[in-house]
Amino acid sequence: MPTFDSENAAKLHRELHTHLPSDPVLRVKTLESLAVERGLVAPESLDAWIEAYSEHIGPKRGAHVVARSWLDPGFRTRLLDDAAEAIKEFDYQGDASAHLKAVENTDTQHNMVVCTLCSCYPFSILGMSPAWYKSTEYRARAVREPRKVLTEFGVALPEDVSVRVWDSTAELRYLVVPQRPSGTDGWSEERLAALVTRNSMIGTERDLKAEAG
Amino acid sequence: MFQPDDPLAPPQPVFDEPWQAQALALADNLVQAGHFTATAWAEALGQELRSAESEGAPDDLDTYYAAVLSALETLTESAGISEETRVQRRTDWEAAYFRTPHGKPVVL
Repeated sequence: MPTFDSENAAKLHRELHTHLPSDPVLRVKTLESLAVERGLVAPESLDAWIEAYSEHIGPKRGAHVVARSWLDPGFRTRLLDDAAEAIKEFDYQGDASAHLKAVENTDTQHNMVVCTLCSCYPFSILGMSPAWYKSTEYRARAVREPRKVLTEFGVALPEDVSVRVWDSTAELRYLVVPQRPSGTDGWSEERLAALVTRNSMIGTERDLKAEAG
Repeated sequence: MFQPDDPLAPPQPVFDEPWQAQALALADNLVQAGHFTATAWAEALGQELRSAESEGAPDDLDTYYAAVLSALETLTESAGISEETRVQRRTDWEAAYFRTPHGKPVVL
């Protein structure tokens, strides 16, 4: 028997007015307007954030960091020692509270990054994370069966290469430094950076190719 | 949702919908302004993602961003925005949409 349910009636009413935005849009508008009104955030700083992360901040930043570490041994040492400090010379800071650790791939070790808790990611140097990085499946399987996950990304890891999986936190995020491809002697930082892919800096890709540049 | 990207696919927009960017902008700005810590944010988001998973929600971006919104609502409560305030503000926005002629800017 149909019963009157005020919540359902309200829902129906909302649906009838097709110009009413969706539930998530209204939830964001609600929070944003209250946060701005109470001075918790500045509207111009929200706009600047959205523009930066939609248009400007992406994996090219990390790619330049990697390329410089290939070219400049002093920078490489500083990067591996304290990445957050080392990347200051790029003027890239956007997330001052988080520490960054660079982990370097070698002939015998491959590094791979995950956030098992949620989706912590070095977004100030890699931009927004890809959808798969946020998925429950990747977050669970990257630690449980990293080699199998790598295979699904097209990485056939030789038996003698070990995998180290780094679990990101809000306070410590990771950047994988892939190996420099052969056949790139004498290349500029710009040209090298063009070879470095986002996934190679998360560790779901391993062998970069010189011809990509 | 777990699909390695196709390297030959055209570049995808960073956000599927503007509200997703607005929600993350709000979260990061609230962290930067010191209203809650990055750790509190990660824990709240992690908890929402775990709840969604245990309720059998699909492993997709809709579920992810719904968790982002719930985490934001929880954490802004400690910054003084109560559920009651939120419900009232949402009602105000809906009323504003209903009374605003199509095509005009919607203001409270």
